[in-house]
Amino acid sequence: MSYKIAVCSGKGGTGKTTVAVNLFSTIQTKWTKNVQLIDCDVEEPNDLLFFKDAKVINRSIVNQLVPVIDESQCTFCRKCEEYCEFNAISIIPSVKYASVDPNMCHSCGACLHACRFGAIQEQQHPIGELTNYSRGNQTDILEGSLKIGSPMQTKIIKELKVNASDESDILIYDAPPGTSCPVVETVSVADFVILVTEPTPFGLYDLRLTVSLMKEMRKDFGIVVNKAGLGDREVYAYIKEEDIELLAEIPFNREYAGQYAQGKLLSDIPPLIEQEYLKLAIYLKNRMHHD
Amino acid sequence: MIEITILSGKGGTGKTGITAAFASLAKNTVFADIDVDAPDLHLILKPEIKEENQFLGARIATINRQVCTNCGLCKKECRFDAIHYRAEGGLEINPFECEGCRLCERICPVQAISSEHSTNNHWYVSNTRFGTMLHAKMGPGEENSGKLVTTVRKNAKEKAREQNADFLLNDGPPGVGCSAIASLTGVDKVILVTEPSKSGFHDAVRLIELVQKFNIALYAVINKCDINSEITKQMESFFLTQGIQLLGKIPFDEDMVNAIVNQKSIIEYRPDSEIAGKIEEMWNKVTEPIKELK
Repeated sequence: MSYKIAVCSGKGGTGKTTVAVNLFSTIQTKWTKNVQLIDCDVEEPNDLLFFKDAKVINRSIVNQLVPVIDESQCTFCRKCEEYCEFNAISIIPSVKYASVDPNMCHSCGACLHACRFGAIQEQQHPIGELTNYSRGNQTDILEGSLKIGSPMQTKIIKELKVNASDESDILIYDAPPGTSCPVVETVSVADFVILVTEPTPFGLYDLRLTVSLMKEMRKDFGIVVNKAGLGDREVYAYIKEEDIELLAEIPFNREYAGQYAQGKLLSDIPPLIEQEYLKLAIYLKNRMHHD
Repeated sequence: MIEITILSGKGGTGKTGITAAFASLAKNTVFADIDVDAPDLHLILKPEIKEENQFLGARIATINRQVCTNCGLCKKECRFDAIHYRAEGGLEINPFECEGCRLCERICPVQAISSEHSTNNHWYVSNTRFGTMLHAKMGPGEENSGKLVTTVRKNAKEKAREQNADFLLNDGPPGVGCSAIASLTGVDKVILVTEPSKSGFHDAVRLIELVQKFNIALYAVINKCDINSEITKQMESFFLTQGIQLLGKIPFDEDMVNAIVNQKSIIEYRPDSEIAGKIEEMWNKVTEPIKELK
């Protein structure tokens, strides 16, 4: 069984990807080669931008099942429309019109049960793709990418979880921002969650929301403060008050931010920052043996 | 009334800081925070809540084990693997995995399953020093943030019409998924706030593709433009090829963060700064042609 770590944040742009990519690299160079990074921010997957040496080894389309109504069999009774909780089906009996909006459909299958006339069948509808990348190790990086215009991000995250390598010692899930269903889907399998925040009122407010989600999901978690030195000290007071483990503090460094911008996260890491990632990896190693 | 949504693709590019700055410049405008997953605009606008409304979220099903015969039909048919056998016997539904499709409820041979709307979501109409603001609070882990976005927008539009407002300004969510889609369908203009990093650029390209699918007028702001001037140049020429009007570029300045710490917009915090001037120019560019038409 792999040890599963999710990297999360309520607020976007606090540094989830930065932390996930650096942690992956630190673990791979200092601890075990057998680690996989899984980019679950399928709306905006970015992990690959930081690995220029990664090669595609496999790419597959993710489909969802969408109903198709055969108008020659349909009696326009509207039962399927009534069963559809997602308003994806419109039936207009007066003009014998039946249609399904694939962008609203959740593929739950309720309409199939509603139809007594065998007028509904399902078809595959593409919603995105999964790509396996290698940097010399078969399991290296797995990325999900949502097709533009599709709202089915959660389904792609589900597929990522199924396709993650069981053989890995460690799986790192880079989560999407926010606090709703795609985050829940990503975090649900995690043994431990790293919450990345920044020391600003926005960072703190969204951290509170994320902490309450973690508590509701009964997840073990700790906090990484990124861009330390900017903003104020309120986030530290909160961490202390809530008795949450402060796992690492990554100082804000203007030059390193410029390097990040160019996709060069993993070269010339300032020693102070490198040390924090090492500390984080050691914490996780101890935690894993303890769990 | 012109409805404008601010989006970014990538999170943390400065959407909310810039929305707050626009808010302090805008006249006769209603504001809506439609990043319902992680709303932050209220931290600057400090709304005084006038009206609280409940939003009925997705349904969540539960099994009445007194009635359930453990036939397992619901577990077999659930496409979300939300139904499990408990160690101590009997079936249960994991509320975090349930999508609220009600399939199990409809097919249960003994009617042991029922579902209720989640009541954990609220939306508000508030007063702020800049005008009326609509915002929402979502329960942790909720489905359907897209529907909540739609509800907030619909009511914000009504308020804007009631008040005969010139603009409705929406602070949008990151990403390109269901919340982002819900935040842009039918708006008049989208302002893309991006930053010159490979990720910022990559995510902006995806957002642009989405906005173009909906045929909406798109404007761009490059925030923190001096973090990487090479990528800023690449972005500028990309916007040109896409016919996207660049409203302006804002250099990185810690005062943007300091303004937030002081619960102020940059316009209030440093009215005479270079950034404040640039943001004012941008707001005028977006709004002036509209005023002229009137």
